Amino acid sequence: MAERIYIFKRFERFWHWSQAALIMFMMLTGFEIHGTYSLFGFAAAVSYHGIAAWTLIGLWIFAVFWHLTTGEWRHYIPTTEKVLLIAQYYSSGIFKNEPHPFKPTLQSKHNPLQRLTYLGILVFVSPLIWITGFLYLFYNDWTAWGLTDLQLDWVATGHTIGAFLMLAFLVSHLYLATTGHTPTAHIKAMITGWEEAD
Amino acid sequence: MGLVSLRRSAGCVLAGLLYLLVGTGAIADVKPLKLDTTADHSKFKELQQEFQSGSEVTKACLSCHTEASKQIHQTLHWKWDITNPATGQELGKRNVINNFCTSAPSNHKACASCHIGYGMSETFDFTAQENVDCLVCHETTGRYKKPGGFAGNPVVKDTEFPPKSGKIIKGIDLAPIAQSVAKTRRQNCGTCHFYGGGGDGVKHGDLDSSLDNPDKELDVHMAKNGLNFTCTTCHKTEGHQVPGSRYETTGMDNHAALMRGKPDDKGRNTATCQSCHGQEPHKQQAKLNDHTDKVACQTCHIPEFARGDVPTKMHWDWSTAGKRDKNGKPLVVRDDEGYETYLGIKGDFKWETNVKPNYIWLNGVNKYTLANDKIDKSQQPIYINKYEGSPTDGKSLIWPIKTFTGKQPFDPENKTLVVTHLAGADDTAYWTNLDWDKAVAAGMKTAGRPFSGKIDFIETISQWPITHMVAPKDKALACNECHSKSGRLAEIKGVYIPGRDANDLVDTFGWGIAFFAFAGSLGHGLMRVFSRRKH
Repeated sequence: MAERIYIFKRFERFWHWSQAALIMFMMLTGFEIHGTYSLFGFAAAVSYHGIAAWTLIGLWIFAVFWHLTTGEWRHYIPTTEKVLLIAQYYSSGIFKNEPHPFKPTLQSKHNPLQRLTYLGILVFVSPLIWITGFLYLFYNDWTAWGLTDLQLDWVATGHTIGAFLMLAFLVSHLYLATTGHTPTAHIKAMITGWEEAD
Repeated sequence: MGLVSLRRSAGCVLAGLLYLLVGTGAIADVKPLKLDTTADHSKFKELQQEFQSGSEVTKACLSCHTEASKQIHQTLHWKWDITNPATGQELGKRNVINNFCTSAPSNHKACASCHIGYGMSETFDFTAQENVDCLVCHETTGRYKKPGGFAGNPVVKDTEFPPKSGKIIKGIDLAPIAQSVAKTRRQNCGTCHFYGGGGDGVKHGDLDSSLDNPDKELDVHMAKNGLNFTCTTCHKTEGHQVPGSRYETTGMDNHAALMRGKPDDKGRNTATCQSCHGQEPHKQQAKLNDHTDKVACQTCHIPEFARGDVPTKMHWDWSTAGKRDKNGKPLVVRDDEGYETYLGIKGDFKWETNVKPNYIWLNGVNKYTLANDKIDKSQQPIYINKYEGSPTDGKSLIWPIKTFTGKQPFDPENKTLVVTHLAGADDTAYWTNLDWDKAVAAGMKTAGRPFSGKIDFIETISQWPITHMVAPKDKALACNECHSKSGRLAEIKGVYIPGRDANDLVDTFGWGIAFFAFAGSLGHGLMRVFSRRKH
């Protein structure tokens, strides 16, 4: 019988999936605003994008509170320990059915590569998206804020760069979700909360 | 105690109301009380006489309104002359040459039908008070007419015109017209401004007789069953000075809504949208307020002009004029709807309704090609007038305009536009003889300008800002009309429009890394599948 640990708590799973839905919806509407395709129509896309943004901010307020009060924030402390080993696993060991060198535990549920990736998202991609997004939302207040030299094309371009980085993350994330001991193991864990070690 | 006194007061009010009702009812049988004025001009002795001319009416007006003519004398409506402080150019109808009927000088007998005076000519006395025409702006009968050929005078006795033509212009009785005067109505303004360029809707595109009684779809402000604005609700006139001018356009009004008495608001143009609506007019969809620093209100709120079933002229080619029909009369060709598409006296026309405007950065400075300015056929089309503006001057907004194209006579040797003598009963007038040589020579002589004797035709463009016929908000432009790759603002430079613009480098790299992530994942996944089979 495999060892089972309850790794993703109820709120954490709610946060993950609602955030996933919101981010994908914001990509869908965002790239329409960008002019990539027509789906909802520009006006609706702008409106939905704004509603989703504020909803995500609301969700984040709860998520930050949850991480701080439960101490779960510690899972995001970056480390380089064993990172080469992990990289080696994904580039070679995984093809030879070798066991994953990292075993998630209640104390440490993210492997070092995940921790570094989430660090990148948290310190670079998210701030880029949120700062440019806020500026975009409050375009009319730039003068009052003293941002008289700011140009919309810089803000828009920065926002677009952030969106592409998120898209690249999303694609990789979706794929890596299938790299558990079975292709659906990670996904099941994210739904039920229970991780089965092999 | 309190209750008793309250009852008593209520009783008094009721009794008073009853008295008022009965009392005014008795008067109402005779004539309803006028509430919009304190003077019933039909009761004035000064206006109860047989007037022999417009000037006689004016003299009667002046006997009470002592300052009126002197006020009028200071206006562009009177002077037809204005110096644009931004360019130093002398503009106004006495100076400019356009690409419709080209010029008022040398044609005053006809053109002065739209001068607010009597007897306009090259030697007109602009200081004479009795030459002011009060009636054209203030009469309310709709019977007052200033027919072409009489230099702005009404015809009071039946008159054969043109002489010996057998056509009779009926004389009008000026007394009841003079007694009807009131505040200016939209029909008064429309008498000239709806018919500029020689007919209904010809010139502006956003001003025509459909605005006499528009529905809400056509003009959200002027609809009679809606706000019922007159022209002067926005063009709020003081001392006969009407704010709002195409010669001195307010390209950008970046102030809050105008407030009565506020010192900073003194001298502001009251005809701008912002003078009432301010800078953040969109309450429900506040994101739309993000546009007001770059986009004129008119751009979204007037999706098309000439929407009132009255077509506007878009093109006028004078070079084809001169053809005659079988009877030797100037040829007339009409389209299916009866609109003239060719006139022997005017050339070829194109008419359009529901026209999508063009869009330009406009800062309000209206630069003309004037009679002295050198033009060259190699540079055609020549801009008769061109609005200045740029995305970076801090004074421009993106505006809708009507672009009117034409082809008109010019002097290829002196390289100037020409004044053509079109209207008149004399032998040189083009509309009488269809002879360009005589007509231009006469026009240039009257205008006192050099003429080489040679005539050629040159393509010209004039720009007309679109600002009337504001549609209801649900008919305003949809976002994607501009926020798309080949939308209405495709040609507008200097502004980032989401949905239209993108940084190509960022897009290339962005899709590149997304594809790289996808291809990498796919490759990795396939390798997993195949390698695990082997093991």
